[in-house]
Amino acid sequence: MQQHDIVIIGGGNAALCAAITAAENGASVLILESAPKPYRGGNSRHTRNFRCMHEAPVSVLVDAYSEQEYFEDLLKVTGGNTDEELARLAIRESQNCLPWMQAHGVHFQPSLSGTLSLARTNAFFLGGGKSLVNAYYRLAESLGVEVRYEAPVTHVEIEGSQVIRVDFDYQGEACSVSPKAVVVASGGFQADREWLARAWGPSAKNFLIRGTPFNRGVVLKDLLDQGIQSVGDPTQCHAVAIDGRAPLYDGGIVTRLDCVPFSIVVNKNAERFYNEGEDVWPKRYAIWGRLVANQPDQVGYVIIDSKSLELFMPSVFPPTVADSIEELAEKLELPAAKLQQTISEFNNACAEGKFHPTELDGLSTTGLEPPKTNWARPICDPPFYGYTLRPGVTFTYLGFKVDKNARVQGAEAPMENLWAAGETMAGSILGQGYLAGFGMTIGTVFGRIAGREASNHVK
Amino acid sequence: MLSESIQEARRQLEICNACRYCEGYCSVFPAVHSRRAFDDVTVTHLANLCHNCRGCYYACQYTEPHEFALNLPAALANVRQQSWQDYTWPISLSRAFHRSGVAIVLATIAGLIVLMLAIHQLGSWQGEGFYGVLSHNAMVSIFLPAFLLPILVIAVSIRKYWRASHAGHTRGAAITETISSAATMNNLAGGHGEGCNFEDEDRYSNTRRWMHQATLYGFLLCFASTSVAILMHYFLNMPAPYPLFSLPKLFGVSGGLLLCAGTAGLAYLKLKADRNLGAASAWGGEMGFVLLLFVVSASGLALYGFGDTAALQALLVIHLGAVFAFFLLMPYTKMMHGFFRLAALLKDRNERLSRST
Repeated sequence: MQQHDIVIIGGGNAALCAAITAAENGASVLILESAPKPYRGGNSRHTRNFRCMHEAPVSVLVDAYSEQEYFEDLLKVTGGNTDEELARLAIRESQNCLPWMQAHGVHFQPSLSGTLSLARTNAFFLGGGKSLVNAYYRLAESLGVEVRYEAPVTHVEIEGSQVIRVDFDYQGEACSVSPKAVVVASGGFQADREWLARAWGPSAKNFLIRGTPFNRGVVLKDLLDQGIQSVGDPTQCHAVAIDGRAPLYDGGIVTRLDCVPFSIVVNKNAERFYNEGEDVWPKRYAIWGRLVANQPDQVGYVIIDSKSLELFMPSVFPPTVADSIEELAEKLELPAAKLQQTISEFNNACAEGKFHPTELDGLSTTGLEPPKTNWARPICDPPFYGYTLRPGVTFTYLGFKVDKNARVQGAEAPMENLWAAGETMAGSILGQGYLAGFGMTIGTVFGRIAGREASNHVK
Repeated sequence: MLSESIQEARRQLEICNACRYCEGYCSVFPAVHSRRAFDDVTVTHLANLCHNCRGCYYACQYTEPHEFALNLPAALANVRQQSWQDYTWPISLSRAFHRSGVAIVLATIAGLIVLMLAIHQLGSWQGEGFYGVLSHNAMVSIFLPAFLLPILVIAVSIRKYWRASHAGHTRGAAITETISSAATMNNLAGGHGEGCNFEDEDRYSNTRRWMHQATLYGFLLCFASTSVAILMHYFLNMPAPYPLFSLPKLFGVSGGLLLCAGTAGLAYLKLKADRNLGAASAWGGEMGFVLLLFVVSASGLALYGFGDTAALQALLVIHLGAVFAFFLLMPYTKMMHGFFRLAALLKDRNERLSRST
């Protein structure tokens, strides 16, 4: 087998940005992607946009989005749990990424219908993340990058502060290569449910994985076991509340449910447990993963009536429909009397007022615990509709500690020939929470940096 | 059968409507996203609006082996094919020719035989050029009904389709936009101008768009050539043959060249493309139709090039026989896509205009 200068572990956005940058800089590059070709691209397959700083309207982005505003948005979602130097680097570099992406085959489209709130901050990929991944693979191959699919890396051998060997399986054989440089861009460990259960607790067995089943954290664990430095809370994952009928893996965007603000949400005992109307949904969907995860059996039930059915984006699975609350309770297997009671208590606590679905309308319950502080309208007009909610894991926070050159930090000293990019080092910047489209920003910025540094190293 | 393919398309459209990543590719997705439910009429409309550019398939995160098994280009192609068949009388002819290239070849051979018999029986003892083989009056008596009857069948089909699709009030602006959309084939541009994903998986290319336009404009020029010649014959008393620098020849030769190149290109692309992203059961019929158009244009050009040689009679039989078959098969072949597509584009423009006001 031909010896390549650089081996890139992983085949998503960050890996491809690194591969393309390194190949354009003259290096010979091998991509080891654990997924088969139809599933290549990791979680990037499911993405739809990237968050981009800009001083003035550019491409599909309107107005401006300054470094400071971007950084403040990041501070809000992470509660300050970020590395300011790396975060500002990602933010500043994002504005150079947009033209780079366009020059490398990525097409953008205006903000999608139903996502106007992101028109200023996020540039949407035409066709979504898979079309971006396709464009990058096509370009990478034209640059001479060799791609092996179904080639999971099993071990990265470290000696001192050098990677000396990469072991992987390919076509039923155990293979080894000894490149001059290695870039790890193989994501988090969320698809390893055993690991998730060890980290989070046994309830993680009821979590759904929104993205690729191939992010099993094999290389992450292998390197951490050899003393590579980590960042990020090893016990935490980012989870949102999604349709309970979603597939176990790879359900992606369509499994989201946007109806919570217009509903009441109960647990399996038919009790409400949180203020459904706390804020507009884009600002709240992320906390509901955790809220549902903390309920018995990690399940929630969203109940709306016919007034609200068309106020939110259509769901991929049709809701459960019933003409009465008893019938709905029966179909959802909830205690009927209790659900009746919860709903009538809620209905009695609703007040008259002007309902406005797209802004905080202050239409609040009175004397109810927990309250619903916006969009509180009685649930009384049949037919009634119900959805189940489950926590859907997007990614895990545990990753490699890197410096501003994406260089991985070894036990004693920075690694001489190992870089990391994408989800696998995002914990350096995103200590908690999530900012829509920021994962692709981190992947693109640090993928390009890693590709540049690795290719300079092998020259 | 129709309900089965509509059911499958509906299942897929509901997933698309929850995703929306493909919004910028073509006219289909904004039309999908403006709805919450998809009745049979709507699914058929969306199917006829789809130009089979396949951008959405290669971008889709839910194609097989994913359990959602999306293949929207194929799902819509099946509904579309079915709608052309089911809206056209008689359905049995429609089903046979849409699905079978062999049937088209047999019909073309039948066309050739009819022309041979006609020449043999009717012959001609006067006239220049091809009128020396078959007289003008004999040609008119064969081709006038062979042209008008299919046009009548098509008109009835389209009227039925238009009524069923509740297309709404048509404004002038909608007609202009529809014609411009067909004239530029902007739905095959991929939303970014780089074209569609047809002959080489996810690579964007405008080749199919250009080949289709060569075919379309070539066909229209040939049609214009014949129409002008008819006018010149009856109103200016200028019967064929015409010199090169005359309207019928200029239209006919340029149109023939475009049609020849366009259909050859489309047939080549069709061989390269993945059959499973179209109406797989109609592949033969579609290929047969493209090749028939190729024979029509190539034999027309050959007639121009070798019309004053001994090959005249043979070429005339081939050309007129192919044209004869083409005319009669119009309502039962891929030719129908143009009429249904125009109707769907017009309905779409009507909807857009009423959404924006």
